[in-house]
Amino acid sequence: MADPMRIRIAARDGLVNVRILMSHEMETGQRKDSAGNLVPAHYIRNVTATHQGKTVLSAQWGPAVAKNPFLEFSFKGGQKGDKVVVTWEDNKGDKRSDEAVIN
Amino acid sequence: MNHSRRKALQTGGGAGVLAMLFAAGVLKPGQALAQDWNQAAFSMKTVPEAMRALGAQSPAASAAILIKAPEIAENGAVVPIAIESKLPGTESITLLIEKNPQPLAASFSIPAGTAPEVSTRVKMGQSSDVYALVKAEGKFYVAKKEIKITLGGCGG
Repeated sequence: MADPMRIRIAARDGLVNVRILMSHEMETGQRKDSAGNLVPAHYIRNVTATHQGKTVLSAQWGPAVAKNPFLEFSFKGGQKGDKVVVTWEDNKGDKRSDEAVIN
Repeated sequence: MNHSRRKALQTGGGAGVLAMLFAAGVLKPGQALAQDWNQAAFSMKTVPEAMRALGAQSPAASAAILIKAPEIAENGAVVPIAIESKLPGTESITLLIEKNPQPLAASFSIPAGTAPEVSTRVKMGQSSDVYALVKAEGKFYVAKKEIKITLGGCGG
């Protein structure tokens, strides 16, 4: 399984700001290794963030998202101490889910 | 006879357990299967084709969509881009990079209660126009910005 995500969540001005750093190669499938062989594509396709069971953001990604992807967004209605759960799934079916508490 | 009956019961039992798990909310059908991913749109080679695959025939240009990105990015492997929509009723925000092999880079759906602004980092093979496609109240709108790249992002 991939390394954990780094998630920072801060409540400010009535909005909850979520910043996520995922650990993933995001290999495009177009790069060649030193032996000249094509490196197979391996990238996150789906990202979902939920707050108390409600989806607050969902995303579909292609291989153009940079390595170790960064994502920032904000939503209304979160309280300090609430949990936000972030899940990703890549094109090989690997998944990772991490949670963080609103500060 | 008995044997096949037993088999039928076992199979039926298995399916029943699965149905119970679905009903109990332990497993959701959507979680058991792969999530939605727009294969057609992500495989398109041009911006208009990708937009059509997303359901946007001829999106109207809009000044209410802001693309926040550097004019010149030194490293094409990591180009920070933020998109903000000031259109009421924004449902989704999609980022396309014209000169990438497959222009569609990322698509975000924005549920009610989520701010219509997302930020991420992308790879760009060369200098290119980037497009922000926004769906708001069922209609598509678009904005574009040119980003110059000093060093390509595709291992070059």
